[in-house]
Amino acid sequence: MTWRSPTVDTVMVGERAASFTKRSIKNATKRELLTLALSMLDLTTLEGKDSPEKVRGLCHKAMRPFERDEQMLGVRLPSCGAVCVYPSLVPTCVEALGTSRKVNIASVATGFPSGQYPLEIRLQDVRDAVNAGADEIDMVISRGQFLAGKFDEVAEEIRAVKRACQREDGSYAHLKVILETGELETLDNVRLASDIAIQAMDDVTPSGTGDGNIDFIKTSTGKVQPAATMAVTLVMLESIRDWYLKTGKLVGMKPAGGIRSAKQAVHYLVMVHEVMGPLHAGPGGSNPWLTPHYFRFGASTLCNDILRQLVRLKTGKYVAGYDFSEA
Amino acid sequence: MTMTRIEVSKTYKLFINGAFPRTESGRSWPITGKAGDTFAHLCLASRKDLRDAIEAARAAQPKWQAATAYNRGQILYRMAEMMEGKRDELAQAISAVPNGPLAPARTKSAKRPASRTSSLRLSVSPSLSPAAEVSAAIDRLVYYAGWCDKYAQVLGCHNPVAGPYYNFTVPEATGVVAAVAPDQLPLLGLISLLAPALVPGNSTVVIASNTNPVPAAVLGEVFATSDLPAGVVNILTGKRDELLPHLAPHRDIDAIFAAGLSASEAQMLREGVAENLKRVQIHDVAAIAAGEQGQSLEHIRGGVEFKTIWHPALA
Repeated sequence: MTWRSPTVDTVMVGERAASFTKRSIKNATKRELLTLALSMLDLTTLEGKDSPEKVRGLCHKAMRPFERDEQMLGVRLPSCGAVCVYPSLVPTCVEALGTSRKVNIASVATGFPSGQYPLEIRLQDVRDAVNAGADEIDMVISRGQFLAGKFDEVAEEIRAVKRACQREDGSYAHLKVILETGELETLDNVRLASDIAIQAMDDVTPSGTGDGNIDFIKTSTGKVQPAATMAVTLVMLESIRDWYLKTGKLVGMKPAGGIRSAKQAVHYLVMVHEVMGPLHAGPGGSNPWLTPHYFRFGASTLCNDILRQLVRLKTGKYVAGYDFSEA
Repeated sequence: MTMTRIEVSKTYKLFINGAFPRTESGRSWPITGKAGDTFAHLCLASRKDLRDAIEAARAAQPKWQAATAYNRGQILYRMAEMMEGKRDELAQAISAVPNGPLAPARTKSAKRPASRTSSLRLSVSPSLSPAAEVSAAIDRLVYYAGWCDKYAQVLGCHNPVAGPYYNFTVPEATGVVAAVAPDQLPLLGLISLLAPALVPGNSTVVIASNTNPVPAAVLGEVFATSDLPAGVVNILTGKRDELLPHLAPHRDIDAIFAAGLSASEAQMLREGVAENLKRVQIHDVAAIAAGEQGQSLEHIRGGVEFKTIWHPALA
């Protein structure tokens, strides 16, 4: 199949992405946006030294990001969107998050972060994670294949992974396709990879979101620099937007890696609002990408910076990093 | 035909994280010289500059504390060396602007015990010629440079315990210290608060003198070339009445050293720290000016925390 995507004007995308950082945000709005960003967090730990204890701590942080929220902020803060871990730690998350969990379990799979393993091993990786209880699978594409121009192979791998996400009862784990944009060289490639990923996922579950299955495209593993940038995220959002305009189907977006400050998170949400808001794609003309269902941040240090800013907005006082539990 | 040369005057900026940014607020602060003209335009630092400076200081602190005491001493000495090279500019910065009022403004609302009030009052007029003030400030840095690898031996101890253990108490840096320079002695006052904080490995945020912040702005250029790691010293030229209220409640500041504050300013700091128990030391300008009394181990002690360790002893 011939893959064709609109070309990207790199300079203007950079300019437009930068323009979203120049909005004047009032305090009340900032408070809302930060609370929203907190609920969109995929609290992530992807290190070789991850232990069950660390992951348990992360799960508790995701369920209750700030224990003293009612005391210090006067409100109960939302829980995070998900925890994101390696497959071997999914059972620990299942145990720590309990049965009636509000926080999803996302597991990286497919030989994360390189993806340079035989396909069968990568698919087994996915099946194991799903069987262990993962709600969401973060897969990596074969960047080598993509850069070699083997787009059909890339698409077929994504389809295979999507099929591997199917549980015994027929439902699917949400799939997030990591493009690793830091290795794709150009924004044209980012756009093409986004379009391929969206199309490939849709090939397997063409009924779209009706069955509760939500597909995501995700910028980065966090292991490669540069990770998520505003420009890359904008190009991917445009891909999602054009897919919605063409098919009426919703695809989620997850920038990951390098988003450390609350201010950056606000910039991203401004972008989501201005790029996706005019689509009025949600119920009552709302913006579904301004909910944790269709937009996530892959981050860990971001959590405490959001909490710092929320406390600062409420009390007028700056707090120290050690005032919060580690994420 | 000769052209009249137009003098190139210096743009003074803030010193944050080893760089010279302009204030994020975009405001400037005209400083009136002795002749009544505008001597310089400084950056008028805002609350957000203070926030940035504290973040830089917090980030820089662990590495500064982890540097060997010997190395910290060398760097403090290097700061003195570099000041020596800039002594004319520093003296000119001091002399170009009228000195502050002799006694800081007092308000009667601050109720303090009589004995404590008298310790705040200026007993001696701290008057030094600009050149003498620069010399005294350089000498003070050298003095504290010498203490870097010695203070721990004097403040620390080996405690007698009934058991087969060694029991040590060692001083460690308290963290981030905010230094509020007095209106008078804009250079010596600043160095007298800053240098002892640096000795044990604290990083610092300095608020410059409000009557003459120019020497502080020059000091940033000195420290930037003194092998001092970025963020260990941050210098803000800003109004005390704007910045001071944010020092005490800021949880990322561990101690505050100040001199020459008014009674109401001192009270505000003390009330503010009651909530988070950080240390605040408010000195008398005259005491800091006085040669031998202005520098002592006690100033270093204000910026340390004591850690006591039990260690099994071989029988």
